[in-house]
Amino acid sequence: MTALDTAVDMRTTLGSAPIPSPVLTASGCSAFGGELEPFVDLTAIGAVVTKSVQLRPRSGRATPRMAETPSGMLNSIGLQGPGIDGLLAEELPWLAERGVRAFVSIAGTRVEDFAELAERLRGVPGVLGLEVNISCPNVESRGEVFACDPVAASDVVSAVRAAADPAHPVYAKLSPDVTDIVSVARAVSEAGADGLSMINTLLGLVIDPDTMRPVLGGVTGGLSGPAIRPVALRCVWQVHQALPEVPILGMGGIRTGLDALQFVLAGASAVSVGTAVFNDPSAVARVHDELAVALGERGFASLAEAVGYAHR
Amino acid sequence: MSPLTAPAPRAAHPPVQRTVEVVGRRAVDAYVELTLSAPEIAERAQPGQFVAFAVGGETSALLLRRSIAISTADDGLVTVVVSAAGPGSAWLTERQPGDTVDVVGPLGRPFPDPPPGARALLVGGGYGAAALVGLAARLRDAGHEVDAVAGAAGADRLCSVQELTGIAARVAVTTDDGSSGRRGLVTLAVDELLPDAGVVYACGPMPMLRAVADAATARSIPSYVAVEESMACGIGVCMTCVLPIVGEDGRTRFSRSCTEGPVFGGDRVRFDDVGSLPWDVVGADAMGVVAP
Repeated sequence: MTALDTAVDMRTTLGSAPIPSPVLTASGCSAFGGELEPFVDLTAIGAVVTKSVQLRPRSGRATPRMAETPSGMLNSIGLQGPGIDGLLAEELPWLAERGVRAFVSIAGTRVEDFAELAERLRGVPGVLGLEVNISCPNVESRGEVFACDPVAASDVVSAVRAAADPAHPVYAKLSPDVTDIVSVARAVSEAGADGLSMINTLLGLVIDPDTMRPVLGGVTGGLSGPAIRPVALRCVWQVHQALPEVPILGMGGIRTGLDALQFVLAGASAVSVGTAVFNDPSAVARVHDELAVALGERGFASLAEAVGYAHR
Repeated sequence: MSPLTAPAPRAAHPPVQRTVEVVGRRAVDAYVELTLSAPEIAERAQPGQFVAFAVGGETSALLLRRSIAISTADDGLVTVVVSAAGPGSAWLTERQPGDTVDVVGPLGRPFPDPPPGARALLVGGGYGAAALVGLAARLRDAGHEVDAVAGAAGADRLCSVQELTGIAARVAVTTDDGSSGRRGLVTLAVDELLPDAGVVYACGPMPMLRAVADAATARSIPSYVAVEESMACGIGVCMTCVLPIVGEDGRTRFSRSCTEGPVFGGDRVRFDDVGSLPWDVVGADAMGVVAP
């Protein structure tokens, strides 16, 4: 990853936490990072954003869990994961031993679940901060995700901020499936979010024309990939315009450095690469290199100079 | 009843991602066999493993990798047999010598070694038989007697029969329509050859794997099946290719076909429960599924 480094200063922060690269994995798209070790120097990327962890181990949904769609995919995993005990015993020590920064995504069905998770992660070695997944569409109460309601979203975020390690930046992950994303962004920022992760998947559906039934075991699923990039970019743009002081971790269909550049220009100070990793397991490192070159070619001496440039 | 098989151990080597050249293309009835010049994958590959291809080029709208079993891996060359099932696999079958493809591999867990001295029965359904060619050669070279059964819907869907004939002591062919070999399912031939077998290896569609695994287990013969689940990534990050698998501790988990398979003990796959969420899968309680 260093071979292609240009003179551009790529350092950035997640809230108060400095990171050497603005390119991170995306929650749910790189498991807990270990599988990418053959392909990427995990210590050089911004951070591994973990798959969302909950209090208890979860099996996830029945298969089929995936359908390919034009420039994207629909997934219905259902937050399969080891639970917080498993994460603390296995995945986080593995990352910490290697010096990999972990941005831990937490999820739950009650406000108290989120707070307890934040509490359990206080002071854990290698944990850089928390991404609060209040917007996963693959939960029991589809369409009633916290992030669709500014009050519910604020309740979760304020509880997490109060319970979390003061050194851990808390980012709220927002859903695009809302009428006015700016109002949700403003509410969670006022509730104490140190930053915003935008966007989670969009709720979608695919029907198999042969069986004439929904493809996914979970019926509906989350749409991701380059197909949603313009939607994600629009969300980042609107929120940065309204709340320019709030840091944004941008995501949604980023596949190349030029895609990442669009998010930076729209106001993101870091980006996550998600579904593209399925296509190219080295995508996170490649996007970093391509973004550095793209910034250099446009005369930027640092990433920071380019953040929000399209608004100016 | 305690399982006859241990979970397949991890592969000896981690995978690599490389852009490699297609150096051979051969249409074989309904399939296309591609030969790749991929020395770093060939030297790492073990029978039962697979490779994952990006399809359609760098700006392709088809983002998901196509995972295909390795047929042979020798002298720097990796061969795969591709069935054009959709636009992505069709794109692969259209590759010509001189074209390059982005491939990740070798992936997944290989077939475990057989018990010492055991006669091995290899059973391939459709293009699944290709995944057994490298295994057959390795077993023969290790001094094991090998029998093989290849089955398919029709003659044009059989695969690798010629390669297996050159290695196995006995080769049986079955087709659903009787257009080659005997008319019927692979179990016709499997039932006849099983009494001599000390281990069974199978690759093919799920109903066939189930029938073969059940037949072997009924005779207390260990079996290993390589599943053909659809995968989005092939490397273990997407969590889409899970199956209900009985672990070493006797508990069932949704296990990834790519990193915890594709080779599973035949008596560890809960074939009845594929596509559902049984209450006793680890973590089902958190999904609101309770014991009856």
